[in-house]
Amino acid sequence: MTQDVSSAPYVQVRDLKRVFDVSKPWLNRVIESAPKQYLKAVDGVSFDIRKGETFALVGESGSGKSTVARMVVGLLPPSGGTVSIDGVSMTDPAAAQERQRLRRRIQMIFQDPYASLNPRWRVGRIIAEPIRAFDLIQGDREIEGRVGELLSLVGLHPDDGKKFPHEFSGGQRQRIAIARALASNAEFIVCDEPTSALDVSVQAQILNLMRDLQQKFGLTYLFISHNLAVVRHMATRIGVMYLGRLVEVSEGKQLFTAPRHPYTKMLLDAVPDLAMVGKPREGVKGEIPNPISPPSGCTFHPRCPLVFDRCRVENPPAIDGVACHAVNRGREAA
Amino acid sequence: MTQPVISVNELTVEFVTRRGTLRALDKVSFDVARGEVLGVVGESGAGKSVTGSAIIGLIDPPGRIAGGQVLLSGERVDNLPPDAMRKIRGKRIGMIFQDPLTSLNPLYRVGEQLIETIQTHTDLNAADARKRAIALLDEVGIPAPERRIDGYPHEFSGGMRQRVVIALALCAEPEFIIADEPTTALDVSVQAQIIALIKRLCQERGTSVMLVTHDMGVIAETADRVAVMYAGRVAEIGPVRDVVKQPLHPYAVGLMGAIPSIEGDAERLVQIPGSMPRLSNIPKGCAFNPRCSKAFDRCFVERPELIDVGGRQVACHLYDQSKAPNGQNPTDKAEIAA
Ligand SMILES: Nc1ncnc2c1ncn2[C@@H]1O[C@H](COP(=O)(O)OP(=O)(O)OP(=O)(O)O)[C@@H](O)[C@H]1O
Ligand SMILES: Nc1ncnc2c1ncn2[C@@H]1O[C@H](COP(=O)(O)OP(=O)(O)O)[C@@H](O)[C@H]1O
Ligand code: SF4
Ligand code: SF4
Ligand SMILES: [Mg+2]
Ligand SMILES: [Mg+2]
Repeated sequence: MTQDVSSAPYVQVRDLKRVFDVSKPWLNRVIESAPKQYLKAVDGVSFDIRKGETFALVGESGSGKSTVARMVVGLLPPSGGTVSIDGVSMTDPAAAQERQRLRRRIQMIFQDPYASLNPRWRVGRIIAEPIRAFDLIQGDREIEGRVGELLSLVGLHPDDGKKFPHEFSGGQRQRIAIARALASNAEFIVCDEPTSALDVSVQAQILNLMRDLQQKFGLTYLFISHNLAVVRHMATRIGVMYLGRLVEVSEGKQLFTAPRHPYTKMLLDAVPDLAMVGKPREGVKGEIPNPISPPSGCTFHPRCPLVFDRCRVENPPAIDGVACHAVNRGREAA
Repeated sequence: MTQPVISVNELTVEFVTRRGTLRALDKVSFDVARGEVLGVVGESGAGKSVTGSAIIGLIDPPGRIAGGQVLLSGERVDNLPPDAMRKIRGKRIGMIFQDPLTSLNPLYRVGEQLIETIQTHTDLNAADARKRAIALLDEVGIPAPERRIDGYPHEFSGGMRQRVVIALALCAEPEFIIADEPTTALDVSVQAQIIALIKRLCQERGTSVMLVTHDMGVIAETADRVAVMYAGRVAEIGPVRDVVKQPLHPYAVGLMGAIPSIEGDAERLVQIPGSMPRLSNIPKGCAFNPRCSKAFDRCFVERPELIDVGGRQVACHLYDQSKAPNGQNPTDKAEIAA
């Protein structure tokens, strides 16, 4: 691939945390004398994204992927930790002015393209909105020309700008959302389950389109999905999340050929895949625990085949991309 | 050959709407043998769920079976009066749906629902029915079933609820189970457990299953045979290994190539242009013709019927040896895949 992958990280996420107050209403708490309850949706997540790459976050429902995404783009304030993009802090209040300039360059694409497109606006106006908001092009005719160009770029017709979002299929709406993201000449696009609501043949069209655009414009993606096969297809590097923590970060294909964390191994054993026709597989144990009262130490320990004493008391630090006491012990022994 | 448990012959289902009559199923035919898992795949709107509903006689008006037959162990069931059909549902045909909460009543304890179902379909007394319910919960992998049996559905996780629904479907030892997207709402690791469970239960009990899902991965692992549906029709049906690894119908070829795999190394996914037609706008001839790179004259005028091609059936004119277009070699799969 002809990508500009320079060494300095473009996005830096450090010890990112987010706690939600999920207590019952005050009155109920008083009556039942229940304590306040907090949910650590994201609990100390750190990773880098290099310019021009696709960094993917995978994990099962509730593992904190979307919460990370929303904090990275500044839609949700973190409870702790930092995010910086191209050297600009997204979390430091003092950097507000610099951040304003960065805003144009960061866009987000969501799972449900319908919910993210204003149903009362024509598609042309939706796509032109960032161009006008950031004052990128002057003159109605010129803007209209640019909108037509963007529509063609994502495989739609310039005339489609005259229609309303409900006149399009799910896949076409996702193309519109992508055109809008590109309208501000974004360079970093955070995609939260961009194809999870789409049929597989339409998913293939969108994934191919996203890769083509990445090559063409050198885009950087933070790509979120629960689908391991999709992630494998798209990502240069992959982070695996479990209960708010990043348990393993690995080069794309390597995660599949040489998974290191016990949870990653379990997940790979579980995923139904075309390649599995007629093959037996290992059993998977247990389910994700309640995130309000997660297990002590390594939160994976009740399900882990390698668990030992230390795991129950101490949260394993991430060393060389893996947060696991057993892996660390193996490394020390070697 | 022994008699199939379910035999669907040219089943046609129509919905009468203000904008005209929409044909959701158009002459769908397939058999399910005893102990067999038939996977039914296709993209949303292909007619998978309508097929399941038609078999159990649950097509809501304005929908109706407009043609064809459904045979359960050789007896016609598509024309039974509602009362007779109600007796068959649950007793001879079990059902598992995507959302376990549609099958479970949130106001009743799990045990009450199981015991009631068991008593409806057998002549066990209350105490024995309870014992049987506990045994079933144990069989579907609910830990401490003698205690959990008195819990309410909301006290169970999504995966556990789906296990309860499976237990409920098994209560009357049905010959046939329709599972419509049983794992779609579940997480990957739980999904695998449920798939393994369904597979084990049919093997042990000889129950036949129609497993409806849009997830080819699930089918690849669970099904013996698979039917690929497109626009209310069966495009290809055959042994899962053949259809997944070497699909013949151009739509099936595109579909398999469009799915990313955790093993494959495709730089680009196969792209089928366009999307499935609306029911109000199904093309004449082969319904896939606007998207098919192999389409030729005949595809635009004549609908392809399912024809036998080496152990499977394919509805595509390319495989009709007598009338394939000049210069086409219909057995050259590589060419069709290109
Ligand atoms: N606004 C909120 N208030 C309370 N809890 C929240 C809120 N947003 C998220 N959570 C909780 O935080 C955890 C992480 O949620 P998040 O949406 O990030 O998960 P996810 O990995 O994106 O899951 P999915 O795959 O289902 O989208 C979950 O337990 C969720 O219930
Ligand atoms: N009650 C209904 N009225 C009109 N059309 C319906 C009705 N139920 C289903 N359909 C149509 O029948 C087709 C097949 O639907 P369905 O079997 O649910 O598809 P799927 O393969 O996704 O399960 C779709 O086009 C759907 O819109
Ligand atoms: S830290 Fe311990 S419990 Fe956690 S994954 Fe590693 S071995 Fe298993
Ligand atoms: S019948 Fe014709 S249009 Fe239909 S799939 Fe075969 S070649 Fe394509
Ligand atoms: Mg999410
Ligand atoms: Mg359906």
